[in-house]
Amino acid sequence: MELPLLILLPFVGSVIASLFPTHARNAASGFAGIVALAVTILVARLYPEVQAQGVVQWRLAWLPTLGLDFVVRLDGLAWMFALLAAGIGCLVTFYARYYMSPEDPVPRFFAFLLAFMGAMLGVVTAGNLVQLVFFWEVTSIYSFLLIGYWHHRRDARRGAYMSLAVTGTGGFLLLAGVLLLGRVVGSYDLDAVLGQGAAIREHALYPLILALVLAGAFTKSAQFPFHFWLPHAMAAPTPVSAYLHSAAMVKVGVFLLMRLWSALAGTEAWFIAVSGAGAVTLLLGAWCAMFQRDLKGLLAYSTMSHLGLITLLLGLGSPLAAVAAVFHAMNHATFKSSLFMAAGIIDHETGTRDMRRLHGLFRAMPITGTLAIVASAAMAGVPLLNGFLSKEMFFAETFYLVAHPAIQYALPLVATLAGTFAVVYALRVAHGIFFGEPPDRLPHPPHEPVRWMRVPIELLVLACIAVGVAPALVIGDVLATAARPVVGGTLPHYDLALWHGFNAPLLMSLLATVGGLLLYRALGGRLGSARFDVPPFVPIDGQRLFERTLAWGDRMARALARRIVVRRLQPQIAWMIVLATIGAALAVRETGLQWGDRQRVAGTFAVAALWTVGVASAVAAAWLAKLHRFAALTMLGVTGLMVCITFVLFSAPDLALTQLVVESVTVVLFLLGLRWLPKRQPGLAPEASPRQRLRRARDLVLAVAAGAGLATLSYALLTRPAPQSISPFFLDRALPEGGGTNVINVMLVDFRSFDTLGEITVLGAAALTVYALLRRFRPPREAIAMPAQQRVVLEVAATDLVAPQTDAAALTGYLKVPAVLARLMLPLAVLVALHLFLRGHNLPGGGFVAGLVVAIAFIMQYLVAGASWIEARLTLNPARWIAVGLLTATLTGAGAWAVGYPFLTTHTAHVDLPLVGEMHIPSALFFDVGVFAVVTGSTLLVLLALAHQSIRARRAQAAARADALAAAGTAAIATTAAGAPVATTLRPVEG
Amino acid sequence: MEILLSIAIGVLGACGVWLVLRPRTFQVLMGLSLLSYAVNLFLFSMGSLSIGHEPIVAPGRTADLAHYTDPMVQALVLTAIVIGFATTALFLVVLLALRGLSDSDHVDGEADPS
Repeated sequence: MELPLLILLPFVGSVIASLFPTHARNAASGFAGIVALAVTILVARLYPEVQAQGVVQWRLAWLPTLGLDFVVRLDGLAWMFALLAAGIGCLVTFYARYYMSPEDPVPRFFAFLLAFMGAMLGVVTAGNLVQLVFFWEVTSIYSFLLIGYWHHRRDARRGAYMSLAVTGTGGFLLLAGVLLLGRVVGSYDLDAVLGQGAAIREHALYPLILALVLAGAFTKSAQFPFHFWLPHAMAAPTPVSAYLHSAAMVKVGVFLLMRLWSALAGTEAWFIAVSGAGAVTLLLGAWCAMFQRDLKGLLAYSTMSHLGLITLLLGLGSPLAAVAAVFHAMNHATFKSSLFMAAGIIDHETGTRDMRRLHGLFRAMPITGTLAIVASAAMAGVPLLNGFLSKEMFFAETFYLVAHPAIQYALPLVATLAGTFAVVYALRVAHGIFFGEPPDRLPHPPHEPVRWMRVPIELLVLACIAVGVAPALVIGDVLATAARPVVGGTLPHYDLALWHGFNAPLLMSLLATVGGLLLYRALGGRLGSARFDVPPFVPIDGQRLFERTLAWGDRMARALARRIVVRRLQPQIAWMIVLATIGAALAVRETGLQWGDRQRVAGTFAVAALWTVGVASAVAAAWLAKLHRFAALTMLGVTGLMVCITFVLFSAPDLALTQLVVESVTVVLFLLGLRWLPKRQPGLAPEASPRQRLRRARDLVLAVAAGAGLATLSYALLTRPAPQSISPFFLDRALPEGGGTNVINVMLVDFRSFDTLGEITVLGAAALTVYALLRRFRPPREAIAMPAQQRVVLEVAATDLVAPQTDAAALTGYLKVPAVLARLMLPLAVLVALHLFLRGHNLPGGGFVAGLVVAIAFIMQYLVAGASWIEARLTLNPARWIAVGLLTATLTGAGAWAVGYPFLTTHTAHVDLPLVGEMHIPSALFFDVGVFAVVTGSTLLVLLALAHQSIRARRAQAAARADALAAAGTAAIATTAAGAPVATTLRPVEG
Repeated sequence: MEILLSIAIGVLGACGVWLVLRPRTFQVLMGLSLLSYAVNLFLFSMGSLSIGHEPIVAPGRTADLAHYTDPMVQALVLTAIVIGFATTALFLVVLLALRGLSDSDHVDGEADPS
């Protein structure tokens, strides 16, 4: 089926186009052109099928449980818009090849353009409304990127931002509207929605749905009061304007109105809202267009005005008006994009778009001039061109409308007036630019562009003339196919002839043309002058309103943030604790707090003594942490050991093991960190201010409240009967299904292995983050020098802890006996780890503990011998351990897929080994290997990265000092400490 | 025994809270460690307090919480201990980096001026 290709092809093309080298202008544009051409041919070839069957669709189950399918649905209307998007897209890529400068990064441009085309095709062929809104938003995003393509320009950034803000907000409202619509209908399927028009219009939610959908359509199609973004979008490269702001994006809004016309149109609310907005935009756009100085600005306002015309037609609610709207949408796309391209040529060849400086160009660019004049004539609605036909239909609709008398008289007047203005601004393009005094002081001498740059315009202008001369023959069939789905199947009677006799619409046309000619003659050159800096009689400046609203929102957000956001950590923590305490207290008030009557465990003197020590150490740690860090750390270790013993006592051997080893590495961690903290001595601290005292009192109250609450809750929980919860399940299944008797380990590597996978991933990520942060660590200056304890060691003593370079140096150092012992311990420790690991499934142990034991064994080597000595002999590469571990665990889990089970399902193999006998090897064992490797790697990575800071910092300092010394040519500066002779300089450290 | 354990949890928690509210990074780190002891013990005590009922399956013992301690809270606490180490390390390094940047070991870089 070709249908999904329609959307897929441009997006795939976009990705490929983005891969071209930055300045490959020919290759990128050629490629984009081929993709666009292929899509155009695809669309064109589908016409017979669409015409015969009415609807062609392709369906893919997307979210079947929600009843959402991805549907590519091509009916006449979608086909017509798809052809415009693809065909004009194709011409624009061709044109852009010549327009874009060789300095621009063009592959990016073409990638955006193709992706935008894909999004456009996605909108028009969407078979369900959610899909439509999705692609709708994608068009907004790519339009943002395309308008802001020259992102070094401030106006481009601002224009892009404004367009995204306006259309994005509209898209959001549209989504809400569509969701409501789907709720009312019971389905998001387009056919279902279109089939229930009457029910929707009678539903109580109809006004809200209408408002939301119209907000989407009006923002996208730049209808009043959301029109202001369109002129600012002219900061885009001209090919983008020719595509997005004539044929494609701005048409999406009116496309939506056509798409939902048979479901939503026909009510009074629809008539007032849609026709009202359309009429205002029609007149406002035409009026403002007359006074523009920038050629593209004129075209932008004229586009707005024409979109207003289409919207007005759709608002009238009569089928004939809807047909006229479809027809005008096609015509406008052809003449407006050719005009934009002509404007691009003029800009490109003369260097300016300022209409005050552009005049008399016809002599220099006769062919471009002729094309632009014909296209402007089509825009003004001159007979024998396509614009004339749809404008006549529009006039007829306004004239024959039956409505409230005021509207009935006002509407033809508005239409004629807008027609008059259209003639004036068309004349400003056709006459003002090409005739009059010969040009002078232009940035470049004007001349015709490269032959091929004109080809897209020629094709489009040819289409304008062909439709204008023989409408029924050229376009009649297509129009009928395109308009039929809009009006719900039955076309009204209409006649696409040039001459309908002398009637009211023709009279209106004549009035508008003559009036426009007279007005242009009367005002002529003055229209762009400084007197009309701002178009007269336009009270509302949408842009300023928009900017004020934005600024106001910004101010409000800042004010709110100032009031409620705290940046400092201390108040944040304090608030957190206050809120948590209050929350717990409230919960207790809700459920009541009473002790249970579970059988108590008898207390013993030993436990009481144990905990007296533990609690005392905790208090001491809290007391000492400010001034005596090392002592506090020791006290913390004591408390940790008490916790560990508690675990042993209350039947948690695994926890005790883990706590014990984690305690060791934590102490090493803190010791490494202590090194970088500033000195603090009791005498140095100033007397506490009253404010600080108050603060301490507050913290004490908070701490006591939190602690008391914790104790109370804990006591209540300990005395109430414990619920069985889901634990018996694990106890019951551990052996038969998990293949191990240690329930904790079986849970970690089997029942809850997905959770464990997450944990080790976090562990690895934390370790890598520590490593990454430390790579950029700049220690404070005063902490770089060696600590006093190390400085008193003689240089000749050359201990391994200072800077061991050779084996001999290491031999002369201190800690020699512990070093030997530690080295002897290494294989022993690894053996213990292996033992803990292997028995883990059945007895206390497992990957976590084993990993930590191995890590401690290595850390011990570092402690006694110093990092340089170890690393000269041993390469650990902890980051690789993490990677291998994570891969092992994940692959073990994924292995279950290979045999058709869910991720992480365990399988136990039973093997008979000689001498050993029958062995059970569960796949969870390999998972545990992964856990082991990640834990070892993470712990080592963290501790070693910290340990290396001393070496790195000192190395940097030594290098700096060596430079300084060499420069000064002086002897080393001697320092003394504790009366002993000291190392005068640091020895240069190699590497 | 219950009252002993809950008092211990309470005191550890109170010391932890006091310390995390202090302005110096080292104090906050110590406080976090003490708080994690308290919280781990608290979680652990959610199961049941029993002596000699290790969650290691023995033949012939009924698989319920009268005959074993609760394995679920233990599994949770085990990973919490290890993750606690990782986050402590991370926090330590962040605070060290802060010390390098702000030239102070105050958690907010400097005392609250207001």
